[in-house]
Amino acid sequence: MEIDARGLSCPQPIIETKKAVDKKVTSMSVLVDNIAAKENVSRFAKVMKYDVTVKETEYGWELDLEKR
Amino acid sequence: MNISTEKKSLMVAGAITGVLSVVLVLLGNPTNMGFCIACFYRDIAGALSLHNAAVVQYARPEIIGLLLGSFLISLAKKEFKPRGGSSPALRFVISAFVMIGALVFLGCPFRMILRLAGGDLNALVALFGFIAGIISGSLLLNKGFTLGRNYKQSKVEGGAISGLFLALLVVLLFIPSLLKFSTSGPGSLHAPIIISLAGGLVVGALAQRNRFCMAGGIRDVFLFRDATLLTGLVMVFVAALVMNLVTGNFTLGFDGQSVSHTDGLWNFLGMALVGYGSVLLGGCPLRQTILAGEGNSDSAMSVLGMLAGAAISHNFGLASSPQGSTIGGKIATILGFIVITTVALVVIQAQKKEA
Repeated sequence: MEIDARGLSCPQPIIETKKAVDKKVTSMSVLVDNIAAKENVSRFAKVMKYDVTVKETEYGWELDLEKR
Repeated sequence: MNISTEKKSLMVAGAITGVLSVVLVLLGNPTNMGFCIACFYRDIAGALSLHNAAVVQYARPEIIGLLLGSFLISLAKKEFKPRGGSSPALRFVISAFVMIGALVFLGCPFRMILRLAGGDLNALVALFGFIAGIISGSLLLNKGFTLGRNYKQSKVEGGAISGLFLALLVVLLFIPSLLKFSTSGPGSLHAPIIISLAGGLVVGALAQRNRFCMAGGIRDVFLFRDATLLTGLVMVFVAALVMNLVTGNFTLGFDGQSVSHTDGLWNFLGMALVGYGSVLLGGCPLRQTILAGEGNSDSAMSVLGMLAGAAISHNFGLASSPQGSTIGGKIATILGFIVITTVALVVIQAQKKEA
């Protein structure tokens, strides 16, 4: 599952990710393009017990979340 | 960066910010007003003759420092990213109401923390309001409210607001006769220009690096029980509290607090409106200022909206005074809730149709 959170202001990237987490999606990639979103979503994912892999892309970052 | 270094860095930044906030008061700023984003935009609006309240006119160098501090550090760290185009007009309107709410309480979320650290219990009432506002705003975001995406902008667009504030600094330093300066009241109380500017630059840089956000700290706890961002804010409070105790600036109680009133309901509702609007904008007034420095021109619209809101507050008698809140202020606060909620519901409806 892919969540495109590019261009969304904080805290929307977290809320969109949370919606997927609440639906028990175990694997997703979140696209973000600002540092606050990258850090906030990563922090949220770790608290929710997901492993986070960060890939740099031309627009920002792709965060790959896998449920531990 | 792992969680613990992030937390450590936030704690250090918070402590420095708290100490500087009290130092600015010791050097001349009004009590519990080392920093107050709302009060300082109001003072700047006064200095620019956007309103004529003679006691609150001063081109606060702290704000100029915050914005330029964020601008410079984001350039240095390659985090200056010009973005914009996410409902600028709506952001302007919401920000104006955030300012109106803040001036009903007499402080932004930052000053709320500093007032708490000075023993002002009215700020505790306001804190509950702020939290209620953040929770209500988060519910709207959960229901699908969005101001839309932003897009890449030119460097000129991203740097425009920093240019404006740099120009204000030049005028303040070299052609001050263009500006108004209060001769009495809170606007007349201030630390030396150079120290205020330096304090702003330091806190602006720290806030940019650590993504300080008064609304964000509370939001994270509410959304997923994580206190990382809140840690920074707690440290601001603790450091300012200790400094106030040491320097004898701590007075516990509701009555007789500096630049405040004891009208509990309106302290609560004023700050609730600030929390509500801040969540929808994506950050408290401090964060908007920092983001504007980083090149976010939507936040630059917020800054302009706050200046307009301050002018409206004083031109139409909406701002509270130590005597309490005003009828106009109460009506405007309620109107703020109605306008923001209506906008949000219309957006949510439109989103549903699209989906």
